Amino acid sequence: MALTLSSRRRSRRLAADAGLLVVAATFALPLLWVILSSLDPHANLKVKTPDGLTLDNFHAILNSDITFTPLLNSLILCGFGTLLTVVCSALAAYPLSRFRSRLNRPFLLTILFATSLPITAIMVPVYALFVQVNLIDTMQGTIFFFAASQLPFAIWLMKNFMDGVPKELEEAAWTDGASSFQSLVRIVLPLMGPGVAVVTVFSFVMMWGNFFVPFMLLLTPDQMPASVSINEFFGNRGMVAYGQLAAFSVVYSTPVILLYVLVARRLGGGFALGGAVKG
Amino acid sequence: MTTAPRQAAGPDATKSAPGPAPRRSAPQRHPRTRNRHGNRILTHLLPLSPALTLLLLFLAVPIGYCAYIAFTDLQLTGQAHSSFVGFANFRTAFKDSEFLNAVWLTLVFTVLSSLIGQNTLGLALATLMQRASKPVRTLTGAIVITAWVLPEVVAGFLLYAFFRREGTLNAILDWLHLPSQNWLFTLPILAVSFANVWRGTAFSMLVYSAALNEIPKEITEAAEVDGAGGWRRMWHITLPMIRRSIGTNLMLNTLQTLSVFGLIWVMTRGGPGNKSQTLPLYMYEQAFQNSMIGYATAVALLLLLVGSVFSVIYMRLLRTEV
Repeated sequence: MALTLSSRRRSRRLAADAGLLVVAATFALPLLWVILSSLDPHANLKVKTPDGLTLDNFHAILNSDITFTPLLNSLILCGFGTLLTVVCSALAAYPLSRFRSRLNRPFLLTILFATSLPITAIMVPVYALFVQVNLIDTMQGTIFFFAASQLPFAIWLMKNFMDGVPKELEEAAWTDGASSFQSLVRIVLPLMGPGVAVVTVFSFVMMWGNFFVPFMLLLTPDQMPASVSINEFFGNRGMVAYGQLAAFSVVYSTPVILLYVLVARRLGGGFALGGAVKG
Repeated sequence: MTTAPRQAAGPDATKSAPGPAPRRSAPQRHPRTRNRHGNRILTHLLPLSPALTLLLLFLAVPIGYCAYIAFTDLQLTGQAHSSFVGFANFRTAFKDSEFLNAVWLTLVFTVLSSLIGQNTLGLALATLMQRASKPVRTLTGAIVITAWVLPEVVAGFLLYAFFRREGTLNAILDWLHLPSQNWLFTLPILAVSFANVWRGTAFSMLVYSAALNEIPKEITEAAEVDGAGGWRRMWHITLPMIRRSIGTNLMLNTLQTLSVFGLIWVMTRGGPGNKSQTLPLYMYEQAFQNSMIGYATAVALLLLLVGSVFSVIYMRLLRTEV
């Protein structure tokens, strides 16, 4: 009996491996295309062995007009947006996690409700509003909107992580005369380092990849982040220069992939985020 | 009201809102170490205020503004005054065949890519990963998650290339001697749905992997010894045990899918014609090509309402879980 069970398990493992490999191969095809095409002097739309390896595609796009300015704009938008999100959410999470108040529950429920609102839906009114208050086509307006749209989820995550830091350590600091702010900065935040890292990386990745918000709120080409300018590039030249489009895609995607790997490593596998999202 | 006696105890309880007043005065009656510095408002509301300000100005105000201009005839340019038109925008929408087309396509897109695609494939991957060997599991996880982490626009390019007439999919079909076709032209909604499955399955996979890991091994092993086959174990044991995760995952996937814009924009721009024009793309076209902001906002408000309903269901599900 035990023997058949273990042999059945082995065959089942083989079947599972085979199934996963089929799915993995299918999912890998588009990824292979972008990597191979970026190195291919004669890239087309198919996955194929490159006609020789070249860095020409990268040379063609790595200049300030095509990539550097948009990437810098992305960095400014997402960097300040993330900074604002992390600072505001850490501050907001502290009283929600530490003090009991009858306002906490309704506030948290509102936050939870806001996390899942479709932001896409409000972009037209936001555009109209930004035109009225002269925030349209400004970096700061876009940064504020980025931060606000990311805040509900950031506060929710931050509060959950903060609940995991035991109160006793802070109480010791309070008796030593530390203020709430001091204990937040000196004790709580350092102890929840991985949590802060998750919120930071998650906010940054979401903003870096966001297309619709800057597409709507920014107008001047000089201010466009990479998400929008790569789409313009695709419309103007990418239809023919597939190798360059692929190279641009690789350059633009690398930072977020690196950031994800960094956080996933530190948290022991990418499964932590799934768990955190589950609430 | 029950707040009255406590209010008398606190000098600062100038009753403006019924909620916070009793709390503010509470420390005076029950002095606690954490509030030696006294001012409750300062410690409680001050840290919240930056976040509250941002949320109010950039989220609550736009939503309120959305609810207002949906009932006006505001246009993009060349208009001195916009005026209140009641439900006219909504009446126009429900008579407009393009709007109804967008609703239908949004429904198809959501059911195909979120309910069927991401959810089922995510669960299948998570289940297989429980049994597979470690290298295969790691490799598959890495590939599927990469597709998820990639920026939306890049995902759009990759799947545009995949589904184009000269693209990879047709090359494979030719190689298998199967009929190829111009996917983005004949079945654009199917192509963008697959694109969304490619991009979004990782999330379901992560949620379900976490849920499956929480099922005690003894239960599935006991069923296995009793001779229950794979499908029966799945149906009678696994699915009932992870039903809450299924609920939350479905809600989040659906909300995510309802607001997909960039992916479809890059792949098809809603075309050809309006054969892949879901509600967000329809809304964009009405606002900026037809410059009818008021009308587009009415569509946005409908989308927001549908989103809110899903959001409330999601919260209900979470509350039973916490």
